[in-house]
Amino acid sequence: MTTSGVRAFARMVARADGRGGTALPILEGEGPLAPRRTRGSGGEARVMLVGAMGGPLGGDVFAVRAAVESGARLRVGSAAATIALPGQSKGAARYDVRLDVADGAELHWLPEQLISAQGSDLYVTTRVGLGAGARLVLREEQVLGRAGEQPGRLSSRLTVCVEGRTLLDQELACGPGAPGGWDGPAVLGGHRAVGQLVVVRPEFAWEPVAARVVGEGAAIMPLAGPAVLVSAVAADALRLRRVLDEALADLG
Amino acid sequence: MSRAALLVLADGRFPAGGHAHSGGAEAAVRAGRITGGASLEEFCRGRLHTAGLVAASLAAAAVLGVRVGELDAAADARTPSPALRAVARKLGRQLMRAARATWPSDELDAVAREFPKGAHQPLVLGLAARAAGLGALDAAHCAAYESVSGPASAVVRLLSLDPFEATGVLARLAPEVDRVADRAVEAARGVVAEGVGVLPAASAPLLEIGAEGHAGWGVRLFAS
Repeated sequence: MTTSGVRAFARMVARADGRGGTALPILEGEGPLAPRRTRGSGGEARVMLVGAMGGPLGGDVFAVRAAVESGARLRVGSAAATIALPGQSKGAARYDVRLDVADGAELHWLPEQLISAQGSDLYVTTRVGLGAGARLVLREEQVLGRAGEQPGRLSSRLTVCVEGRTLLDQELACGPGAPGGWDGPAVLGGHRAVGQLVVVRPEFAWEPVAARVVGEGAAIMPLAGPAVLVSAVAADALRLRRVLDEALADLG
Repeated sequence: MSRAALLVLADGRFPAGGHAHSGGAEAAVRAGRITGGASLEEFCRGRLHTAGLVAASLAAAAVLGVRVGELDAAADARTPSPALRAVARKLGRQLMRAARATWPSDELDAVAREFPKGAHQPLVLGLAARAAGLGALDAAHCAAYESVSGPASAVVRLLSLDPFEATGVLARLAPEVDRVADRAVEAARGVVAEGVGVLPAASAPLLEIGAEGHAGWGVRLFAS
């Protein structure tokens, strides 16, 4: 007998309300993906993704779409870490995030960590498309295993396009069954937390950021376009967050 | 095709400047992450399945005639470290010079004109292979093997590692190099049909972060 996993979809659209604020004409989710509007500040709308059922579990397929229309500003967080868990059904879980940020719009996408629990198998894709003059701060943090356990299998691909040009395309595969050497001295070197922070700002085109190392295991790296990637590895989630916060503060 | 042309292109003595680069091994040795044969092997294995796979796919796609400008942009997107992008272009320029002298071709001349500051090295490797009458799998093998042979020979100098041990590492990795080359060619065929978005994008955070640190060192044995 095969059990099929849960399919869940959430979507949100942020639109400038014409009075300097941001409206959310569409904000909907189902099952484990529940987006809630929280109090914003200034012209920014805020959304909290609340995980209502846990997971994803093996075989689950989750998808989140967010569109920030021209002139709108949206900040999205999550109420808690997402934990990938083994499921009853065979096969990997998928979690696909698609973000579109129109000309002159701004998105802060700052979810809590993704934790790959022992025995889980998850493939995450995050694709971001930005228009001219769009601004983005996006954070992804992967934690390999809960305290003291082995990680599950986790693959994560992050693609960022600005005006149709792909500025960043990176995939990380780790855990049992991942291609060899993932925990070795070239890739993660025994670190159990790995993170990326992508910052896109139009002014980077004329005020380029200098590449630099931050702390022990992180670097600020200007991409071939108006974007910066902060890549970091750390012993645990707390230290990872600290170094990513430090790097973001450093970018001003 | 000539089998010996592959040996010429893959030879570590081919004058394309690769010997001056450690593929991130110097930074890993300094950080204490490579201390001997076993950790060198894990380093090389990780590099092979990340940067090596991406390089092999780019090289194979270049042989199959995918537009060089698109491949070069795809290589940029897969190389977030500006230090590593600069190294890839420098090595590409040096390989272009050697390849044009070795296998003169209109195509190499045209790409050299289009990228005066150098295209990413793996694409140039693919074009050189094409000019030498080699195929996509040959170019993928070259790129995949280079991704491990560079660090292995660098670590012989950096740690005074027994050269027999370093060569043993390469021999043990040979079956994986073959598999990576096969996967790269499969991916490159996908690019012909579906575009560069389907190129592998396997990343190695410590290689990227380590390269930025290494680029700032005052004194170093290798350029990268």
